[in-house]
Amino acid sequence: MTDQIPSKTHQTQLRLDYLAKGYASFINRLKQLFFNGYAGLVYLFLYAPIILLVVYSFNESRFPTYWTGFTLQWYRVLFDDHLVGAALKNTLIVATSSTIISTIIGTMIAIGVERYRFRTKPVVDGLLIMPIIIPDIAMAIMLLVFFKLIKMNLGLYTIIIAHVAFNISFVAIIVRARMATLGTAMEEAASDLYANEWQTFWRVTFPLLIPGILGGALFAFTLSLDDFVITNFTSGPGSTTLPVRIVGMTRRNITPEINALSTLMLISAMTLVPLSLWLQRRAKMS
Amino acid sequence: MTVPAVELVNVIKHFGDVVAVNDVNLKIEDGEFFSLLGPSGCGKTTTLRMIAGLETLTSGEILLRGKAIGQTPAFKRPVNTVFQNYALFPHLTVERNVAFGLEMHKIPKEEIKKRVAEALDMVLMGDLSRRRPNQLSGGQQQRIALARALVNRPEVLLLDEPLGALDLKLRKAMQLELKQLQEQVGITFIYVTHDQEEALTMSDRIAVMDEGKILQIGAPQEIYEHPNTRFVADFIGETNFLEGTVSDINGEAIDVSLDDHTIVKAHSDLSVQKGQKVGVVIRPEKINLASSGMVEGKVLEIIYIGTDTRYVVQLKDNTSITVREQNLNSTQANKYKRGDKVGLNWDPANAQVLKK
Repeated sequence: MTDQIPSKTHQTQLRLDYLAKGYASFINRLKQLFFNGYAGLVYLFLYAPIILLVVYSFNESRFPTYWTGFTLQWYRVLFDDHLVGAALKNTLIVATSSTIISTIIGTMIAIGVERYRFRTKPVVDGLLIMPIIIPDIAMAIMLLVFFKLIKMNLGLYTIIIAHVAFNISFVAIIVRARMATLGTAMEEAASDLYANEWQTFWRVTFPLLIPGILGGALFAFTLSLDDFVITNFTSGPGSTTLPVRIVGMTRRNITPEINALSTLMLISAMTLVPLSLWLQRRAKMS
Repeated sequence: MTVPAVELVNVIKHFGDVVAVNDVNLKIEDGEFFSLLGPSGCGKTTTLRMIAGLETLTSGEILLRGKAIGQTPAFKRPVNTVFQNYALFPHLTVERNVAFGLEMHKIPKEEIKKRVAEALDMVLMGDLSRRRPNQLSGGQQQRIALARALVNRPEVLLLDEPLGALDLKLRKAMQLELKQLQEQVGITFIYVTHDQEEALTMSDRIAVMDEGKILQIGAPQEIYEHPNTRFVADFIGETNFLEGTVSDINGEAIDVSLDDHTIVKAHSDLSVQKGQKVGVVIRPEKINLASSGMVEGKVLEIIYIGTDTRYVVQLKDNTSITVREQNLNSTQANKYKRGDKVGLNWDPANAQVLKK
């Protein structure tokens, strides 16, 4: 029994072990603190401007230099600004119609490229991602030249056409990815169960593609909402959209009204993008 | 003679330069449980998919009850498939999945309801009709896939390794159940598998395939006892293979002289000539061990596997022969030791001569 009672040296040893352990955990905690702090700084760098933007939209003062008190008056000014109202209306018209058109065309392209073999497929494949890699400014000038060439008056229609032109690619790529993960097994099962091509598409392929199509549409809608460069080049008198209007407003002076407007746009983007991602992820799981 | 349920005439399928199915001829009788057996890549699944209409024929013809269907699209063929990964529609409930084929055929709603319920009861899945496929286990999905195909009362049911994704125990249970189900509904089953035991257990007849060709068609017993090639003998169960030349012919009884001039007695229903190079196929369980015998060698390895003991015996020419002895009593496995000299004997009727 005696050798079970810890001896004095043993106790000292235990205490030393304890101290060593304490030191190691202290170092670990320090390391953790450092890395957490570093990560925190990165996030601060990313998000501080956004937070400031939002905060100063509630500032009483005209100038973003001092905080003088909380107010909602800039939002009131914003809602009374009929130019902003008209721009918002234009933006929604452009975003909605270009989303619908590009979703339909983009989905059709995705199905065609993914399901059928044809000789020009590599070309179509390559052309499909072109609008994504072409710089916005180049695309904007191309479209402007094109509209001038066919003598089309710049206005809402030209903006819509321009937005459809870049949105098709995004929709097609998202829908195509969904198609690729689906494979052909479901369609084969449907045709084995007496469904012709038409029935197979509407009963099986399309319902299974819906998450991808909705994800693509939301993405297109978001892109269309905040496009400035291409819109700026293809818009005409009376067809100003919100981003173009904001840039116009900043030319004169920056008022908290712009902060308020940006905050609202930020909120709408923050709801749309996660929604689009969530739809795509849900599709992947089923 | 009655018209076969399915007949394949000189069926060939190329994928680019690859010949997947090479001149297959096959007659499958009405109500038969027929298996296509072979290693992966042997063309068995491609053959099945051509019958389903999911793959086009490069040349040849497929007849369904005497009617050519080679050019008929899949959705117009009165056959249904149980796919390897079930391919249940994830966006539809179990009930709607099973009803799919009937809906396509514009069967009245009342009847669809009745037949779907019957089909689900048949596979013991009546309680799960409102679930979605992703809420079901693999075994349950398998049963739903079966119900979804059988509810249409197809002329032929095609099954593409339907039990491949299930665990061993469930697979064994499903094998028996499938066989019973087939006898109950009386529909012709064409079953693709790479599992020889599965094919032997369930089939009325088996076609063994390799490299796009059918090597042998026959009842399980016939294939096992009288394989016509070394490949078939090797693929179906364990086997031993000896090489030699024919030294004496006495009707179907053949003497084969091995390279070391040992004479082994065998049997052949093929016509062979004296001096011809042949192989002799003999199953491990058909060989008896004794202190002396027709062929002699020494024990190289003893493997105890519970019901049996497996001995690997090395012959004088270094060929290894596997012998299986049932453990009829608890000390049977101790009869021989490693290095013992032993003799091998067998009934000549059990040793099959193969042409080389």
